[in-house]
Amino acid sequence: MNTTTTTHTRVPAGTPRAASPAPSASGLRARRAARRRQLTAAGVLMTPFFALLVTVFLIPVGTAVYLSFFSDDQPGLGFGPERQVFVGLRSYAAVLTDPTFLGGLGTVALYCLIYLPLMVLGALALALLLDSGVVRLRALAQLGLFLPHAVPGIIAALIWLYLYTPGISPVIELFAKGDITVDFLGVHTVVPSIVNIALWSNLGYNMVVFYAALQAVPREVIEASVVDGAGPVRTALQVKTPLVRASIVMVSIFTLIWALQLFTEPMLLSQSSPMISSRFSPSMYIYDAAFTRNNYGLAAAASVVLLVCTIALSYGVTRFTGRADSEEVR
Amino acid sequence: MSAADSSLLRPRLLGRATVNVVVAVSVLYTLLPVLWLVLASAKNRDALFSSDLLSLSDFSFLQNIGDLFAMDGGLYGRWYVNSLLYAVLGAAVGALVSVACGYAFDKYRFRHKEKLFGLVLAAVMVPQTVLALPLYLMASEAGLVNTFWAVFIPVLFNPFGVYLGRIFARGYVPDEVLEAARVDGAGELTTYARVAFRMLGPGLITVFLFQLTAIWNNFFLPMVMLSDQDLYPVSLGLYQWNSSASVSPEYYPVVIMGSLLAVLPLILAFVLLQRFWRSGLTAGAVK
Repeated sequence: MNTTTTTHTRVPAGTPRAASPAPSASGLRARRAARRRQLTAAGVLMTPFFALLVTVFLIPVGTAVYLSFFSDDQPGLGFGPERQVFVGLRSYAAVLTDPTFLGGLGTVALYCLIYLPLMVLGALALALLLDSGVVRLRALAQLGLFLPHAVPGIIAALIWLYLYTPGISPVIELFAKGDITVDFLGVHTVVPSIVNIALWSNLGYNMVVFYAALQAVPREVIEASVVDGAGPVRTALQVKTPLVRASIVMVSIFTLIWALQLFTEPMLLSQSSPMISSRFSPSMYIYDAAFTRNNYGLAAAASVVLLVCTIALSYGVTRFTGRADSEEVR
Repeated sequence: MSAADSSLLRPRLLGRATVNVVVAVSVLYTLLPVLWLVLASAKNRDALFSSDLLSLSDFSFLQNIGDLFAMDGGLYGRWYVNSLLYAVLGAAVGALVSVACGYAFDKYRFRHKEKLFGLVLAAVMVPQTVLALPLYLMASEAGLVNTFWAVFIPVLFNPFGVYLGRIFARGYVPDEVLEAARVDGAGELTTYARVAFRMLGPGLITVFLFQLTAIWNNFFLPMVMLSDQDLYPVSLGLYQWNSSASVSPEYYPVVIMGSLLAVLPLILAFVLLQRFWRSGLTAGAVK
């Protein structure tokens, strides 16, 4: 994330400052003791977190990679001890040639392609509108837009599932009055329907992130552009938007990471829609492989593939925006 | 006002109206589903499927609440308590751990610091689903599967909290304060506990709130780890009840009422702690 690299190249705090030109031996000893005390304190403060990092992050990631190269081999008729056999890249070959996994990747790619632009542009547009100063009841509008963030994902999916269900949904009833029949959970509508749930849940949250960034834009910059004769639309698009690029990158990366993990919404909708198989998305594929089929090697290989995709895409977004940055400087 | 200005007035008024309409429609989009949940929670099963949402003739809000807490031997109450335990306790411990670490990252100098911090940031990116199977296997080896701890320990891990903690420590705790405490001969940890901790308060609450939301939302991990219904959080419980609803529709009003009640704690937390999380968002986004 380029937002962080800039912040952390600064001289770290706790640097001994104003060192005297000729430190005496006792002064040197005292400074060493102080330094040791500081290191001990840092150790104490950081140990709990890093203990967690090792147990619930590093070891699991390592285990996933390890498992992806092994397979459970049950000798004979399932009697005798199970042993793990090294199978090399066989699990990866199995995952990458499995049409259901590739289909899941395709589904998530389509989902991201619809969701990411809608989310980022929608949230940014709303933030710019709210920042323009012409919106009435601004605080109330913000609160209303933010409200879905307080609704847990599974409940957001539940609400929308009911709004997609004929017989319960007032939306479908309304359409029916105009003689339009809609099937929100059909072949072509199920991905947009899931996009809608995610959009509903997160639009307000990201709008607040953008709004906060816009508030930090120095007022003089905006006044200068108004003096130069730029209208409110041009000011918004050509002056304010470039200045909040760091937030746009951050929101894009987080949205992408979450989108790739797509699980909760389709899992719930699958209870009511035959269009959603148990391997609809990569995460559902992993769950199905690990806990329905008990094929740990396959699940682990799929996990590693998903992990690599996530890292590659996040890196891509950072690099892409980073290059845009440097080109602008030139 | 010059002539040029007044000729601009009409399009500008039109622009204002458009802006307000767009924002109003967006607010309706976010509010109406919640409003539907509130209205639907007052309906009994038959009314849910047949009648007009706005009619009050079949008002059965209280009866639905009663049904909810009576269903399956009062499971919902258990789930609610579980969720509160996982979320409130987990977020409190998690926020303390992450902010302490973020503080140390900002205030102390040691070897490989930025590499370690890079590792923390990388952890933010790793999907939960990737960790689920190994975590399950580890928990099963340790005999923790299907216990409180199987869900509670992994949710404490919050690398984004460390990132925020570092930013807050830089923003809220001036280095001069630490220097002054050192000159006074106070120990490093005493300084953290007595001086810095208080200054970090708003940051701590922000991290707490983020983590509270995340844990309350958590669905995948409990689904993997738990098979005992008595240990379920609300999210997983409602998921299971909803899957029964297609067979036995008496679950519908209960699931709807259960959803409504499950939304309340987070709304309450967000309203009560409003001034803190706003500053937290700014810190995360701007810097």
